[in-house]
Amino acid sequence: MSDSTTVEQEDALETQEYTLNLGPQHPSTHGVYRARLRLNGETIVSCESIIGYLHRGMEKLAESRTYAQFAPYTSRFDYLAGALNSWGYALAMEKLGGIEVPERAEYLRVIVGELQRIASHLVMVSSMVIDLNAVTAWMYAFTAREGILDLLEEVTGSRMNLNYIVAGGVTEDLPEGFTARAEKTLDELKSRLDDFDRLVSGNEIFLGRTRGIGVIGRDLALEYGMTGPNIRASGERLDLRKDAPYSVYPRFDFEVPLLSGGDSFDRYYIRLLEIHESVKLVRQALGAAPAGPVRAKVPRVWKPAPGEAYAQCESARGIQGYHLVSDGSVKPYRMHLCSPSFVNIGVLPVISPGLTIQDFVSTLASMDIVLGEIDR
Amino acid sequence: MGTLNDLFLTLASAIRGLLALWGFPPLLAAAVVDIADFVLVAALVTVNIIVIVWLDRRVAAFFQERLGPNRVGPFGLLQSVNDAVKLLGKESIIPVAADRKLYKAAPLMIFTVTVLLYGFLPYGKGMAPVDPDLSLLFFIALSSMTTIAILMAGWGSNSKYSLLGGMRTVAQVISYEIPMAFSMLGVVMLSGSLNLGAITEAQRGVWYIFLQPLAFVIFLISSLAELARSPFDMTEAEQELVAGYHTEYTGMRFALFFMAEYGNLFGVAALGATLFLGGWQGPFLPGYVWFLGKSWLLVLVILWLRWTFPRARLDQMMKFNWKFLIPLSILNILLTGVGIKLYQYFTAVGR
Repeated sequence: MSDSTTVEQEDALETQEYTLNLGPQHPSTHGVYRARLRLNGETIVSCESIIGYLHRGMEKLAESRTYAQFAPYTSRFDYLAGALNSWGYALAMEKLGGIEVPERAEYLRVIVGELQRIASHLVMVSSMVIDLNAVTAWMYAFTAREGILDLLEEVTGSRMNLNYIVAGGVTEDLPEGFTARAEKTLDELKSRLDDFDRLVSGNEIFLGRTRGIGVIGRDLALEYGMTGPNIRASGERLDLRKDAPYSVYPRFDFEVPLLSGGDSFDRYYIRLLEIHESVKLVRQALGAAPAGPVRAKVPRVWKPAPGEAYAQCESARGIQGYHLVSDGSVKPYRMHLCSPSFVNIGVLPVISPGLTIQDFVSTLASMDIVLGEIDR
Repeated sequence: MGTLNDLFLTLASAIRGLLALWGFPPLLAAAVVDIADFVLVAALVTVNIIVIVWLDRRVAAFFQERLGPNRVGPFGLLQSVNDAVKLLGKESIIPVAADRKLYKAAPLMIFTVTVLLYGFLPYGKGMAPVDPDLSLLFFIALSSMTTIAILMAGWGSNSKYSLLGGMRTVAQVISYEIPMAFSMLGVVMLSGSLNLGAITEAQRGVWYIFLQPLAFVIFLISSLAELARSPFDMTEAEQELVAGYHTEYTGMRFALFFMAEYGNLFGVAALGATLFLGGWQGPFLPGYVWFLGKSWLLVLVILWLRWTFPRARLDQMMKFNWKFLIPLSILNILLTGVGIKLYQYFTAVGR
């Protein structure tokens, strides 16, 4: 065979790039995220994020409701961590109107907020492993989450959209005997989490699918303004609970876990570590909560003075900020949400070229996006 | 015990005798017995699929602290029947852009292959419905036909997810056929036969799993890939490719793929039981009970693996195959050959 024929054959084998729309109806785009992928075989050449399929016009809705009426909507932003969303909104309202929060309410906020963070992180780790088809491990984490949701239900009467943290405090005090039941659930959670950890974290296949995949370096993460566990997995210790403490967080003894790999595995593993820290926080808050009222008096017709306020808190996915503008009426003139998922997803098109479809799925899962707060 | 063991053989000869009494020519009588065999095998395929699907769900539920299906029939055994009937009532959609002939033929072909596979299995002493001298070879050849059917489905659907699933299947199944066949070669060398019945007979003293442990492990791993079961189920990969090659299929056509998948699961497990676990051999119980029991045991192992492991990545899996499994299986053949020669030498010296 001469050289020229070889060249010709190679030319004949030239492959063609094609477009694959991953989503919005796809099992592993975590809702209605859509990625328009250019593929060469199974390798991604370029990726374009397309969002907006869950747009409900929430920010506009806020303008036609009173401040208090809009509070329940906030837990529909990031529906996996509703309480933490409401917390940010309550902080913004308190800043706008100068509302003082009773001390006991701050402790209850920490308890419910951290339980919510645990529940949210459990969804993340489980949806990550189900995207890698580890079905049993997924069930383990979801069973563990059930216990947490039961606790939340006991306090707030609701499992998902709690509407518990409101301006001026919280809606309810803890029920009778809650501390003992919470301690028991947290003990169970620990053993379940250990089971989960043993089943997944050391698994050779799991490591092969996540180690060194979708690496986001510290600089890239900072450049794209990433926050939350995602940036803490890239080696930047950024956590508002420590850096710009709000509520009673400075009174508790807890660590902010830090990993430096920036790959899918680290983004997964840091959630497991954070669950343990949250458990510590809940235990401390349960022990230290003082007696007293749980809600400050906020007038029924609440008209904050004209002006604006921006408040942010550490949600389960990163820094969540609410911007409220008041024109002196009962309704906000403008409400804007700065959501961590929206910021975090920005880096995905940058890191995805070169990944295979399989890697893309695990990377997307490790970013832990919630479309509710991306699209609003 | 003996009568129970030979129940089916006795039945077959009774039919033959009866037909001869009625004056049927021997060729026609043989044809009637063959048809009876076929009906039995087809019934076995169906019942088996129902049992294995049920087993899969219940085992999964057990692993995951759930109850699983337990409403329809005793212990939920009839759930699969219920599902099959439901699927029969569904509309069979053919995508506009599909290649209609390929699209329609693929599910039929894959299920036909599954039924054919069952025909070569030795259910008991002399109880293989079709018993050529090279039945093992036939089995391997038939089981690789499923690849063509899957590729037909993937190509015929004219959908990107289906096509990707089909392509993955071809790459995966063809690669893993090599270590699978090589692992069987060790057994063939020991027994000196390619006939499944003869291989079972040769394990009278000791099962080959003890003489060929390495081959058994290779066989198990590559059969997972061959069946496209987790952790090697890239062909369906619901989280990546929605449903892989059968994304576009609905109704009974989908059910055929589904049934073929579980049918093949038993087929390969039964092959493993025949090659390594002594097939129908065992004390007290009739041979076919032993055979089914051992096969289901292997099915359980495969299900157990499925519910434990995440899915591997295609290229890692290929690397594992070409760089590790195939050299290992060749090494196994070498070791077996040396072992046989040494054994012959020492027995000769002993004499």
